[in-house]
Amino acid sequence: MDKNHSNKTLLVVDDDIDYLTQMKVNLIDAGFNVVTAEGQKKAEEYLEQNKPDLAILDLMMEEMDGGFALSYHIKKLDPSIPVIIVSAVNSEAGIEFDAVTKEERSWIKADAFLAKPVRFEQLVREINRLLNQ
Amino acid sequence: MIKLNTLVVDDELGMRLSVKRALSKFVMQLPDVDDEIGFDVDVAETGEEALDKIKSNRPDILLLDYKLPGISGLDILEKVTSQESEMLSIMITAYASIETAVTAVKQGAFDFLAKPFTPDELKNTVSKAARRLILARQVKKLAQERRQVRFQFISVLGHELKSPLNSIDGYLDIMKQKKLGGDIASYEPMIDRCTVRIEGMRKLIMDLLDLTRIESGQKKRELKEIDIVEIANHTIETNLPLAEKRDITIENHASDPIYLNGDANEIEIICNNLISNAIKYNVDGGRVDVYINPADRQIEIAVADTGIGMSESEVAKLFNEFVRIKNDKTKAITGSGLGLAIVKKIALLYNGDVSVSSEPNVGSRFSVKLDSNLTK
Repeated sequence: MDKNHSNKTLLVVDDDIDYLTQMKVNLIDAGFNVVTAEGQKKAEEYLEQNKPDLAILDLMMEEMDGGFALSYHIKKLDPSIPVIIVSAVNSEAGIEFDAVTKEERSWIKADAFLAKPVRFEQLVREINRLLNQ
Repeated sequence: MIKLNTLVVDDELGMRLSVKRALSKFVMQLPDVDDEIGFDVDVAETGEEALDKIKSNRPDILLLDYKLPGISGLDILEKVTSQESEMLSIMITAYASIETAVTAVKQGAFDFLAKPFTPDELKNTVSKAARRLILARQVKKLAQERRQVRFQFISVLGHELKSPLNSIDGYLDIMKQKKLGGDIASYEPMIDRCTVRIEGMRKLIMDLLDLTRIESGQKKRELKEIDIVEIANHTIETNLPLAEKRDITIENHASDPIYLNGDANEIEIICNNLISNAIKYNVDGGRVDVYINPADRQIEIAVADTGIGMSESEVAKLFNEFVRIKNDKTKAITGSGLGLAIVKKIALLYNGDVSVSSEPNVGSRFSVKLDSNLTK
C-alpha cells in the first residue's frame, strides 16, 4: 500500500462549482487536505502564498486554455509539484482535445491526464502514484 | 477561377481541335458565384480511349460524338452514367433526329448538340451544363454545412444535458456512501444544488422545444391583434417572486394598450426571456425598466437593467446558441444558453431585430424591434 498521504494538500481547480464541491468531499473522505479554487485567477492567488503538494486542474476554464496556463505557471513555480489535468473532451469550444501524444504532454508539462467523468478510484491511484515519486 | 474538366470525344480531328479551341478560351460567369468559370479541355479519338480517360480522370463535362468507329457514343454513355457521379454528358450528333436525342437523354445525357454547330451554340450548351454543375455543387456544399451546424448543435446539446446529470450523479453518490455522516442536514446544500441543476435542465428542454418549433415552422402561429403592454405586465407578474427575493424593482413604463399583429405566445417568449434575464443578471436591490415604444411601422420592446453588464467582446457573441457569458459574476447564474438565440429567431419572424447596449457594472439595455403589422 502507499505511504500515508493524509498530511498532503491537494489544490483542485475547476470552474464547475458542483464538481469542485464533490471533489472536495470525496478527497477529504479519502484522507487528503483539500483546497479548491474556482478558476485560474483564484488558483494563482492561492499559489502566491501557498505551495500545494499536488494540483488537479480542469483543462477548460473560463479562459479556453486556463488549464494549460495554470499547469505552466505551477511548473515554473516549482517543477516538483505534480499536476494532474482532467478534461472533458470538449466539443463546446469547437475543438477536440485529448492529450495523448508525447509531444502534447511535454508541451503542457502535466504529469497525468484523465478524461472526465473521472473514476474516483483511478484519480486516487494517480494521486498516490505521483505523491510517491 | 473554377476550372471544369471537359473531355471531347470525336473521331474527326477537325471537330476535336475546334471544340478545344473554342472552349479553352471561353470564360463565363454566374450570378452568386464570385469566381469565373473556365474549361480545361482534353480530347479522345475513340470510345476506348475515352473510357480510359474517364476512368483515370473523370471529367465534369463530357462532349460525346454519337457516331464513333468502335464502341459507340451511346454505349459509353450507358457505361459512364451508371456510376454515381455529377458528370454531365452532351451528345454530339450529325443526325439531329428526335429519336437520337430521346435515346441519348434516356441514357442519361444532359443535352445534345447537332452537327454542324457554331462556336456560340457550343458555348451556349456547355454554359447550361456548367451552370447545372456549379449549382449542384453549391447545393451539396450548403447541405454539408447545414449538417455540420446541426452536428455541432447536437454535440453541445449533449454536453449541456450530460453535465447536470453528472453533477446530480456525483451528489447522490456522496449521499449514498454517507461521506458526510448520517445526518441528513449535512447534505442540504447538495440537495439544493441538485434541485437547481434539475431546474436548469428542465428550462433547457423547454427552450429547446421552443427553438425547434420556431425553426421547423411547425408551430401554429396565431396572428391576431394583441396588446403588448398587457403581455409585458403579465410576464412581469410571473417573474415578480424572483425579483422580490432579491429586492429588485420592475416597472413597466407603458400603461395604455399598444397593439401589434402577432402571436401572443411568441411575444410572451420574448418578454419573458428579456425580463427574466434582466432580473438574473441584476444586482440585489436593482431595477428593471420595461419600455414599449410604438414607432411608424415598428414597435420596440426595450428592457433595461442595472445589473452586471457586459464587455464589448461579450456582447459580440451573445446571440449565438449555447453562448453563456462566463465570468466570476455570472458563474452562479443558471441558464440554458438558448434564450437570446430564441428571442433573435422570433424577432426575425417579425422582420425585426435585437440589439443591446451594455456597460460592465452599470447595466444592459436590450431592445427588440418588431414589425407591428405582420400579415403572414
